[in-house]
Amino acid sequence: MNAAGFPLLSLLTFLPLVGALIILTVRGDEKIVASNARWTALWTSVITFALSLILWVQFDKSTADFQFVERLSWMPNLGLNYVMGVDGISVLFVLLATFLTPLCILASWEAITTRVREYMIAFLVLETMMVGMFCALDFVLFYVFFEAVLIPMFLIIGVWGGARRVYAAFKFFLYTLLGSVLMLLAILLLWYRAGTTDIVQLMSTPMPAEMQTWVFLAFFASFAVKVPMWPVHTWLPDAHVEAPTAGSVILAGVLLKMGAYGFLRFSLPLLPEASAMFAPFMFTLSVVAVIYTSFVALAQEDMKKLIAYSSVAHMGIVTLGIFTFNAQGLSGALYTMLSHGIVSGALFLCVGVLYDRVHSREIARYGGIAKVMPAYALVFMLFTMGSVALPGLAGFPGELLVIVGAWRVNPWVALGAATGMVLGAAYMLYLYRRVAFGRIQRDELRALFDMSPREHAIFAPLVIMTLWMGIYPQSFLDFFAASVAQLVSRHEAALGAARLAGM
Amino acid sequence: MTWTLILPELVLSLAGLGLLVAGVVPKREMHFPVAMGALAAIMVAAALTIAQGDGAIFGGLYVADAFSRFGKLLVLAGAAVGIILSIDFNERSGLARFEFPLLLLFSTVGMMIMVSANDLMTLYMGLELTSLALYVVAAFDRDNERSAEAGLKYFVLGALASGLLLYGSSLVYGFAGSTNFDQIARALGAPDTGSTGLVVGVVFVVAGLCFKISAVPFHMWTPDVYEGAPTPVTAFFAGAPKIAAVVLLTRMLAGPFGELAAQWQQVIILVSALSMILGAFAAIGQNNIKRLMAYSSIANIGYALMGLAVATDAGLRGLLIYMAIYLAMTLGSFAVLISMRRDGRAVERIDDLAGLGRTDPMMALWMAIFMFSMAGVPPMAGFFSKLYVFLPAVEAGFWALAIIGVLTSVVGAYYYLRIVKVMYFDASLGAFDARPMGLSLVLNVTGLFTLLFILFPAPLIAAAQGAIASLIE
Repeated sequence: MNAAGFPLLSLLTFLPLVGALIILTVRGDEKIVASNARWTALWTSVITFALSLILWVQFDKSTADFQFVERLSWMPNLGLNYVMGVDGISVLFVLLATFLTPLCILASWEAITTRVREYMIAFLVLETMMVGMFCALDFVLFYVFFEAVLIPMFLIIGVWGGARRVYAAFKFFLYTLLGSVLMLLAILLLWYRAGTTDIVQLMSTPMPAEMQTWVFLAFFASFAVKVPMWPVHTWLPDAHVEAPTAGSVILAGVLLKMGAYGFLRFSLPLLPEASAMFAPFMFTLSVVAVIYTSFVALAQEDMKKLIAYSSVAHMGIVTLGIFTFNAQGLSGALYTMLSHGIVSGALFLCVGVLYDRVHSREIARYGGIAKVMPAYALVFMLFTMGSVALPGLAGFPGELLVIVGAWRVNPWVALGAATGMVLGAAYMLYLYRRVAFGRIQRDELRALFDMSPREHAIFAPLVIMTLWMGIYPQSFLDFFAASVAQLVSRHEAALGAARLAGM
Repeated sequence: MTWTLILPELVLSLAGLGLLVAGVVPKREMHFPVAMGALAAIMVAAALTIAQGDGAIFGGLYVADAFSRFGKLLVLAGAAVGIILSIDFNERSGLARFEFPLLLLFSTVGMMIMVSANDLMTLYMGLELTSLALYVVAAFDRDNERSAEAGLKYFVLGALASGLLLYGSSLVYGFAGSTNFDQIARALGAPDTGSTGLVVGVVFVVAGLCFKISAVPFHMWTPDVYEGAPTPVTAFFAGAPKIAAVVLLTRMLAGPFGELAAQWQQVIILVSALSMILGAFAAIGQNNIKRLMAYSSIANIGYALMGLAVATDAGLRGLLIYMAIYLAMTLGSFAVLISMRRDGRAVERIDDLAGLGRTDPMMALWMAIFMFSMAGVPPMAGFFSKLYVFLPAVEAGFWALAIIGVLTSVVGAYYYLRIVKVMYFDASLGAFDARPMGLSLVLNVTGLFTLLFILFPAPLIAAAQGAIASLIE
């Protein structure tokens, strides 16, 4: 089963933790510690990324089964096991997490000057939890990683964040914790009913329809907050605005995907009837999210807040795609998650570049940046267009597929999603015009330097990915085609069986 | 030779008497040597407890089984750490008198008797021996008004609780015809014995014990006593006596009164829910960290009692695991509290922890781990302790209790996070005085346990399982 012949997923998960332990042991005066911490963190995350490329190469795209599976006995008295594995749905998210982490560490190179050691430790621990969460094949293990993510993120926002960091950190933590604990009860119920928390076995255990409803609602409480769906999205703008740049990147790039991943991994396969029953409800919330938050984004004065609201809108497209239950919608949702991970992460990095120089995120303070920072303006434009879903860039294939998938279910829903795309173009272009074009009003802007070599190094891989995902989407779609097909067929089979039983 | 079953208690008692002489006779202050002697006696007692066999002695007054061994080892661990935590604190606060470790030692003997009690008489003796010693140590800082108040308050309310317990015991004796647990069980097992008087008696006994574990609505004394007593005494209160009382309550309710489960379950459910709710909400407004820990311990008892309320094997197992993990987290947190000393004076406001992340990163890290653990965030041990009581509650269909439990744990997370926030987000008020080696040792051991429990959970689960198996049979 294990194609690599060694526990690759565990290695990917826990290697960053080893790096964190190494940083913890560094002694000396502050400067040396900071420099060592930066380099250790960078090397650890780069090696982790390099190892994760084995997944890219060796992953067998023709099957929907879990691959690279590892299994260890964990709590035998309770029937809990340590099970890791990836399938087409999760494998690319592992890569996304390992891909973004080194970039985040590079982006924090000069921006973070206080308590560098603790910062790098927090980031590496965060990487461990993210990768572990996407690999976990035991529900309790998943929950452990899912919640443990909160700890480093809480510290990153609270220690290195902006003026209202304490409020934002608490809101982030308590909001998500409240959702998660209800899911925990649902997990316990499943555990008790099925006698196992192994995800593969749970998938083959049908559940009575009434129970599905309750479990779905409990899952919804957790995942909807994490996604975040309207109306429980209010923690996100606060967290994004106050978090340091790299924190925002990880938050938008990976953490938001955890909720949608949860819907895909658990709600859909485990609760087919309840999912079908709640689909209109999910569509409504998603369409409201897409349209409402787009308008809200249009009115923002703060760049980070604007991009945060655009994230809510994009995640609305994702949840919409998930609940179409057809191959186009699901593939589109997965693709949008990936492209949003890259593009919105890159956009936050773009804001970070300006923030490092001017120390303001207020849109009104900028204007005419294109004249003094031409290279930066080009990069920023590329990602703006990527976010708008211009054909040929990363955002397009996913959103197109979601709209196609939604059209098959309900044209009105598709219309809602399409409206979101139009509005998305409006607020992103409006942002770009105000920042990059126009006359330079302030003297301080005239003296800005264009991107440094370090910043070029950060943006180069993101630019390549954005173009690649836009021009040749098949190389990514191939990964999850088999898994999505299986998900759809199982869902239809389960619904068919339920319909038969009901007759 | 059945007396070997009380060998650990004998060793502790004789060591106590010997150390008493050793403390009085020499002309100089014997605090440190006596404390070391007490520690050594506890170690020996722990070793003897592990090697102990099963059996009942003194005509069934006293039992030794896997359940009592589990409880005793926790009690001994709590007592040993309590003594270690107190040594340096007492010397710096002018409380270094040899009576202190001795009183802790005698109360430990009382707790071990409680854990092994198989008769209402034995129970009462153990409980009183424990309490008498604790009343004195609560007021040990006798020149301090608050400490004296704590001692008096604890004594008055403790006496009331003992009265309730005795009254309940007499009712049980009157209606069941015996004070022995086995015979009570036999009497209850016979048809037509479930009289109202017996139920009233059981409720009184439970109320008396709920006072000892500071479960709502018998918690009133807890915040004041926790705040007023010297910090190491508070640490001791939060650890060993709670374990002993919970173990005793479990043995009694699951054993002789098992037939009346439907009756006492209602009481325990109510007590558990109220404790969780009050512990979560009342702690929010606290500024004194010892008061905060008092409410935290009330909430924790609420979660632990959830396992008892469910009254299944899995529930009781969860309860034991919960208490073991609670002990480690609490003692670790108190090691931090005892280290809070600036310019020679003990400080105990939450704000005094400000900036600990900079001034003492190691201690701040451990404290953060304890706080996240108490909040029930994985991968810390506290998450698993909650998991093991929530799972049986869900299995047995106690949905209301489980939902109250998870929701109050989110409320509780707020005040635990507040401590993390103060340590890491706020500016420093200056470093604490250097902490002695004993505290670092306690911190490291309990911290590692809390952090690494996730890797090696099986031994503790198996031990709790064995203990419950011996109780239920």
